Amino acid sequence: MQEFFSQFFSSDVALTLSYLFKIILIVIPVMISVAYLTYFERRVIGFMQSRIGPNRVGYFGLLQPIADALKLMFKEIVLPTKSNNFLFFLAPLLSIAPALAAWAVIPFDYEMVLADINAGLLYVLAMTSIAVYGVIIAGWASNSKYAFLGSLRSAAQIVSYEIAMGFTLVGVLMCANSLNLGDIVIAQEGGISQWYCWPLFPLFIIYFISAVAETNRAPFDVAEGESEIVAGFHVEYSGMAFALFFLAEYANMILVSILAVIMFLGGWLSPVSFIPDGIFWLIIKVAFVLFCFLWLRATFPRYRYDQIMRLGWKVFIPLTLVWIIFVGAMMQTRYAGYFH
Amino acid sequence: MKKLILNISKSLSLFELLKGMKLTLSYFFAKKVTIQYPEQKTPQSPRFRGLHALRRYPNGEERCIACKLCEAVCPAMAITIESELREDNSRRTTRYDIDLTKCIFCGFCEESCPVDSIVETRIFEYHGEERGDLLYTKDMLLEVGKKYEKQIAKDRKQEAKYR
Repeated sequence: MQEFFSQFFSSDVALTLSYLFKIILIVIPVMISVAYLTYFERRVIGFMQSRIGPNRVGYFGLLQPIADALKLMFKEIVLPTKSNNFLFFLAPLLSIAPALAAWAVIPFDYEMVLADINAGLLYVLAMTSIAVYGVIIAGWASNSKYAFLGSLRSAAQIVSYEIAMGFTLVGVLMCANSLNLGDIVIAQEGGISQWYCWPLFPLFIIYFISAVAETNRAPFDVAEGESEIVAGFHVEYSGMAFALFFLAEYANMILVSILAVIMFLGGWLSPVSFIPDGIFWLIIKVAFVLFCFLWLRATFPRYRYDQIMRLGWKVFIPLTLVWIIFVGAMMQTRYAGYFH
Repeated sequence: MKKLILNISKSLSLFELLKGMKLTLSYFFAKKVTIQYPEQKTPQSPRFRGLHALRRYPNGEERCIACKLCEAVCPAMAITIESELREDNSRRTTRYDIDLTKCIFCGFCEESCPVDSIVETRIFEYHGEERGDLLYTKDMLLEVGKKYEKQIAKDRKQEAKYR
């Protein structure tokens, strides 16, 4: 890519342009998959409730997300009179920016990664942690009781589950001996039996549930809680400002699913030796994990708030610690091969 | 103690949650109950209470005798009637308005009518584009009756034994 641009520009400009091109190459598919994730969410949940879901706009309703996006673009952004305007507009940006920035270190295939940095896992954790500021600031700037309650709830929830999630990732990096996401995938080479979801099975389940809580999805969606606090932190938002929160939520969903695939399900690696590896394996696996997200939403009622806190602090954190110690101990025995 | 261990292992294995997810997954493949409205419609009862109509006798005489029972019984006060003596000394309405924006479609007018003049039909797909469009006058109601008389008569005949 850089060689192509350096035919026309000086080397610095060519480097910048090639990175910009790669960024666009990542962001556009992410945006498209966000749009169609909303469509599939409505279809899948509809099917699980014996309904059909949107099927009118375009063939099988495939243009529905585009119609929704157009509607949001033309809607007015209402400013609450007593809100803090600067923070009010900063909040959606603060939630969409980290949700997209974290994609920089995601490896899609051998050599197919924007920034191949060694501390990739830490970078992703840092980025997903920043996202909570968008929610807190949105709730604060709206100057509304519901928004404030929602943002407090989601802040406490995200902080709690961040810890459990971080611990599960400790297990992964113990096995892979690396923080680089590409190396973690390559360490799982050799078919389905080598994936980390087997030796780290409890951590995989805990990671998945924490990821649902981390992204404020049902059954952990107390931050929105339509029936209790209207819509939580984004009650006062409309139009594109609301759309940014929406985009951030779904981009985060895809991000945590892709992380689950990279760390526990072997990323782009093929489960069987006679089919080659490739990015399509990554897409299939991510689609399956996302389907599980929607499946959970269609199945379970919302958690009570104190139960969420209990689950995070009293169940997940001790469980992950126990399993990490178990894995560490097993690595010192002759069964260490199973954990590498 | 044994019970405690059983409980803990049951909740750690997510047994109940998986059971729930199995149920939703079975519905994922089940037959869908949605009715695609404009193309498909639900069956209608002959007692359906939709748009009103004023009927005529087969010889063309209007049935309404301006007894004003419907006006009196209407809980939403949606009906306005004025009457006069016709040249042949029979009493007939000069004005029969139903304000459909007030009407609650309870069917009392239909039940109170001694001559089966005011009826509610099966029509529910009508609309008004301006405020006044839903104020139905005598002429409009008679027109509805003329247009759907066949269906109306059939429904009344079918229901006659229960009334």
